Amino acid sequence: MIDNGKFGKYGGIFVPELLIPALEELENAFMKYKDDKDFNSELDYYLREFAGRPTSLYYARNLSEKLGCRIYLKREDMLHTGAHKINNTLGQGLLAKHMGKKRLIAETGAGQHGIATAVVGALLKMPTEVYMGSEDVVRQKLNVFRMELSDAKVLPVDSGSRTLKDAINEALRDWISNLDDTHYLIGSTMGPHPYPTIVKHFQSVIGREVKKQIMMKDGKHPDVIIACVGGGSNAIGIFSEFIKDEEVKLVGVEGGGNGVNSGQTGATLSVGTEGVLHGSLSFVLQDDYGQINEAHSVSAGLDYPGVGPEHAYLKVTERAKYVAITDNEAIRGFKLLSKYEGIIPALESAHAIAYLEKYAQLRENKGKTIVVNLSGRGDKDMFLVAEKMGEEI
Amino acid sequence: MNENNSVTESYDDMFKRVKEKGEGAFIPFIVAGDPDFETSLRMVKMMVDGGADALEIGFPFSDPLADGPTVQTANIRALNSGMNTDIGFEFVRRIRKFTKIPIGLLVYYNLIFKMGVNEFYRKAHISGVNGVLAADMPLEEADVAVEAARSNGVNEIFLAAPTTSNERLEKIIGLCSGFLYVVSVMGVTGARSKLKISTIELVERMRNHTQLPICVGFGISKPEHVSEVIAAGADGAIVGSALIDVITDNLMNPEFKVRECCQIMKNATQ
Repeated sequence: MIDNGKFGKYGGIFVPELLIPALEELENAFMKYKDDKDFNSELDYYLREFAGRPTSLYYARNLSEKLGCRIYLKREDMLHTGAHKINNTLGQGLLAKHMGKKRLIAETGAGQHGIATAVVGALLKMPTEVYMGSEDVVRQKLNVFRMELSDAKVLPVDSGSRTLKDAINEALRDWISNLDDTHYLIGSTMGPHPYPTIVKHFQSVIGREVKKQIMMKDGKHPDVIIACVGGGSNAIGIFSEFIKDEEVKLVGVEGGGNGVNSGQTGATLSVGTEGVLHGSLSFVLQDDYGQINEAHSVSAGLDYPGVGPEHAYLKVTERAKYVAITDNEAIRGFKLLSKYEGIIPALESAHAIAYLEKYAQLRENKGKTIVVNLSGRGDKDMFLVAEKMGEEI
Repeated sequence: MNENNSVTESYDDMFKRVKEKGEGAFIPFIVAGDPDFETSLRMVKMMVDGGADALEIGFPFSDPLADGPTVQTANIRALNSGMNTDIGFEFVRRIRKFTKIPIGLLVYYNLIFKMGVNEFYRKAHISGVNGVLAADMPLEEADVAVEAARSNGVNEIFLAAPTTSNERLEKIIGLCSGFLYVVSVMGVTGARSKLKISTIELVERMRNHTQLPICVGFGISKPEHVSEVIAAGADGAIVGSALIDVITDNLMNPEFKVRECCQIMKNATQ
């Protein structure tokens, strides 16, 4: 490998020997194409014409008035397939195509990354198979149907907890067995090197746009950027451009589930400990012997017992702060944005909104300029939220 | 010397002993605590009685990404029976009461990391472990573990695959001791009807780089496979999933079947 893929001590390449050549091949291709003019103009074309970039940095006037801050929403929810995931699937899909790969595989929890991979598979004419925990297949029937319409095959995973982490294990096993023709399109800024770096690269378009847009609108950087963190791809995407700008506070919001100390949480950085899961050293939810615990969050996208290694690094170096929002608080955030702005956020993004409200309520934060990454839209969550609200639809 | 004050057989001595008889080593794999502590301990006894030359003991992990369905299921059964790393070392201590043959652990790195790398190897040594293989620890991440293994008198065993370049192989061999674990197929663990890649070419290539004993594993599920890898020049064959299948299919009374299966496999090394 050219690089050891470490962020401080976090990250790395904790995979079986069989996978090493595939990771080397991927790293080589990434180094070759990431600054390649033709590659980037093709990617820009699809981001613009297929996905709908750039997304707006929307000044949320009503919410700003209510909370006494200057609030901008980065509208990743406006993208094709409904979330930021498409930034990365287009990038990796094109990379796979250039590498001569014939087949895409992916993991998905709620189905958002699965759909974003499925449509790119259709676009690039690459057969696509998506691993999904059998629990999630039942919970997210609608998204399974969407993936199948785009001609992707959804493969239910019955091992372990039958959720996202098991889907990742199974996708890695598939990849080990089919290295020649298959690209494993990881959906978050996790996994072994070079994945965290690749996913960050393709998601960093979010932060680059925000920087330009805020300079146009306000002529200065925001005071705070807030983004939800599951694996952490939308957060690293918007943070990355501002990491060097120390005056900009970065806040990652994890899925607190029933509370960080309830044992039913997805708040890996808040209550997890250092450990190795899915190829990298980071924070994980685990027991005293290193067995991985199941995570819990109302939002499937935050329901993961690990977190991207760069977030671990940003946490311990205190460059970013990580907080947790409970299921109930997230539902409150969901309703708040829908009611005041007419924008229905994904439950994942609703965690960032809920933290925004808490943050803005503190007196010392009044008048601050805050950018919230609205990573996805809430259409997929209608049934779940209605159920939580005791409504029948 | 371990805490039982008994001298265990080293990998070197074992391979020498087997070679002098003109055989290859038969190394069965079992997950500690599958389906429960006492039953799996009896299985190990049957494996030894059936002619095992060394043992590979898996410590179960919740997310075994190098393993196929058979070993995954065994891991879950073992975890559900209450197995953890400390009980795993107790398991090895109990094995040491009835055999001196080399014992290797097959683990995932998080189990080592969580216990503290040096502490893990210290406990491994005093419980009577000869070697440790971490399935998800390639040479890039191995420095700390190799150092801890050396200072605690434990062999660090590494995987080499058909896709491992000669350049990587040299680096792996520089860190590896005990034996080199050669993966014969591109895939996860699991029984297979046929061995896909030319084992002869693979073993020959590895042999050109090292004097270390070479053992072939992953997908060795039939006596013919065992004969094939020994004939190809390997020093030993590791059989895992096929034995676990025997246990799974005979959960009520697996002992006899396991011993019989091991005898057949051992005969195939001769």
